[in-house]
Amino acid sequence: MGGYIAKRLISAIPVLLGITIIVFLIMSLIPGDPATAILGSYATPENVEKLNRDLGLDKPMVQRYFIWLGNMLTGDFGRSFSLNRPVLDEIVERFGATLVLAGTSFVLCSLLGILAGVVSAARQYGAADKLITLVVLIGISVPSFFLGMMMILLFAVELRWLPVSGMYAIYGGGDLPDLLRHLIMPALALAAVATGVIARLSRAAMLEVLRQDYIRTARAKGVRESRVIWGHALRAAMVSIIPVLGIQAGFVLSGAVYIEIVFQWPGVGRMLVDAILKRDLLLVQGGVVFVAACYVFFNIAVDVAQAMLDPRIKT
Amino acid sequence: MGTRVYRAVGGVSLSVRPGECLGVIGESGSGKSVTALSVMGLVASPPGVITGGAVRFEGEDLIGAPYETLRRRRGDRVAYIFQDPLATLHPLYRIGDQLAEAIRAHHSISAGEARERAIRLLNDVRIPNAGARIDDYPHKLSGGMRQRVSIAMALANEPDVIIADEPTTALDVTVQAQILALLDDLRRDRGLAIIFITHDFGVVAQLCDRIAVMYAGRIVEEGPTAAVLEAPAHPYTRRLIDCVPELGQGKRRLEAIPGLPPMVDALPEGCAFAPRCTKAVPDCARGDIALERTGTRAVRCLMPEESA
Repeated sequence: MGGYIAKRLISAIPVLLGITIIVFLIMSLIPGDPATAILGSYATPENVEKLNRDLGLDKPMVQRYFIWLGNMLTGDFGRSFSLNRPVLDEIVERFGATLVLAGTSFVLCSLLGILAGVVSAARQYGAADKLITLVVLIGISVPSFFLGMMMILLFAVELRWLPVSGMYAIYGGGDLPDLLRHLIMPALALAAVATGVIARLSRAAMLEVLRQDYIRTARAKGVRESRVIWGHALRAAMVSIIPVLGIQAGFVLSGAVYIEIVFQWPGVGRMLVDAILKRDLLLVQGGVVFVAACYVFFNIAVDVAQAMLDPRIKT
Repeated sequence: MGTRVYRAVGGVSLSVRPGECLGVIGESGSGKSVTALSVMGLVASPPGVITGGAVRFEGEDLIGAPYETLRRRRGDRVAYIFQDPLATLHPLYRIGDQLAEAIRAHHSISAGEARERAIRLLNDVRIPNAGARIDDYPHKLSGGMRQRVSIAMALANEPDVIIADEPTTALDVTVQAQILALLDDLRRDRGLAIIFITHDFGVVAQLCDRIAVMYAGRIVEEGPTAAVLEAPAHPYTRRLIDCVPELGQGKRRLEAIPGLPPMVDALPEGCAFAPRCTKAVPDCARGDIALERTGTRAVRCLMPEESA
């Protein structure tokens, strides 16, 4: 297993390098240059040129890429000019908030999705199956940002049960109950689509497994039906559900950008949008690389989990 | 979804005594497996439904019995062995755990005790090096070894009846012979009643005391194995026996039966075999034909074969 993990980690290196190249190219190609953004429209050409030289932007693109990459390898992601602090510090701080939101959403959509899928499959064509299928279809069809806004209107503006936005109350907040009150709506809005997708695929995976001969064997042994479903069948279905969880984790992480904006959540997504508007190149590049790397490593973890679950996978 | 119910199996009446082996023989799709699964309520539902009938086990009717009653009998008093030993074992559980689970579903014993009994069971079915094999996953074992594990699992709670649904079909002949010998020994040592479902007359001749021949979901002939094989009474049984190639018997022409068995949704009136039968008379397609019993033999035919 150790060798397998090492192999997967090594295979991630070209992926990560590819990500840095793509991010760098995109940021070099978008219109507008940082010096003008910093100095404003009335800056003299001399000042713009001098600032570009100070920022190192006068050097050839290839050279700039390798300077950036080399610095990142030593842990130096550069300095954000718009925030005037090291890029890495800002990312780590913001990523914590994103992790709270996306992590909660991911746990929610995995648990709810698998639960719904298993119940659906065990009661195929029954009332519970039809109801779950309907709710799941609605969940998949409504865009998360729209769902978020509707939730704000209903639960925060009309009913006043929950705070409108933010991560903590401005006055007197900061403890766990306060965080949870702020977390409920964005986490649910972000989890909705992924829950639906996971529920559908779990249902399909379970139906496939429930037709198998070894399920009949379990029943013929006299194993309780609840154990047949939640033990034998779900265990086998997890082999095809886990890769779906890995993919959905990526959607949850990218979907967090919209939700962070709708709910004013101080996470990496909102940071990136602000940084793009301000042409804060290093902050955007660093942020995207960081998030992408997290996704790559999460997927490796998913593959390892699957290899541990299925003895037939050669590691 | 359609709500029509097609009759896959009907008018099947079978009985088996302790220590006896009953063979149920028929073509694919003749309803052998459905009959076997119905006994313990294991027919996949949806789409299967049991609309009537009775299964009496030591005087107790199991059809319509509450789930918990049925579950307590399954694997404990009546156990199954299925066809494909790769598909019938759970691919993600170690075989020892699958055996232990079969025991612990009916007896509250510790995990350690269950493991010891699992090793003894593997020894009983002559799996070499059982103590090491017990921690293997099914995909590590050969087909014959996997089927031995299935048999060990069926024996786990010392059942009274074993229903073996084509247990040797997926195995090659040498392994098949070993498995049959094993089942025969177990039957004689433990007084097991075996219902052996197969489409292979060779297997039936080797193992079974009595056989029942099924066609299109009904029993068409029943009787002691030797008598039926020697002098089949139903034209279908005779044609079926003619289909079996014999070793070293010269170049006898192999007789295939023309046509196909009917589909369950298009069963003809009267005898379902009549359209393929050379001896059919108009009356064969008119109304139900009863299973006529004479002594130990029974046949469902208006024009039974003359006994030799």
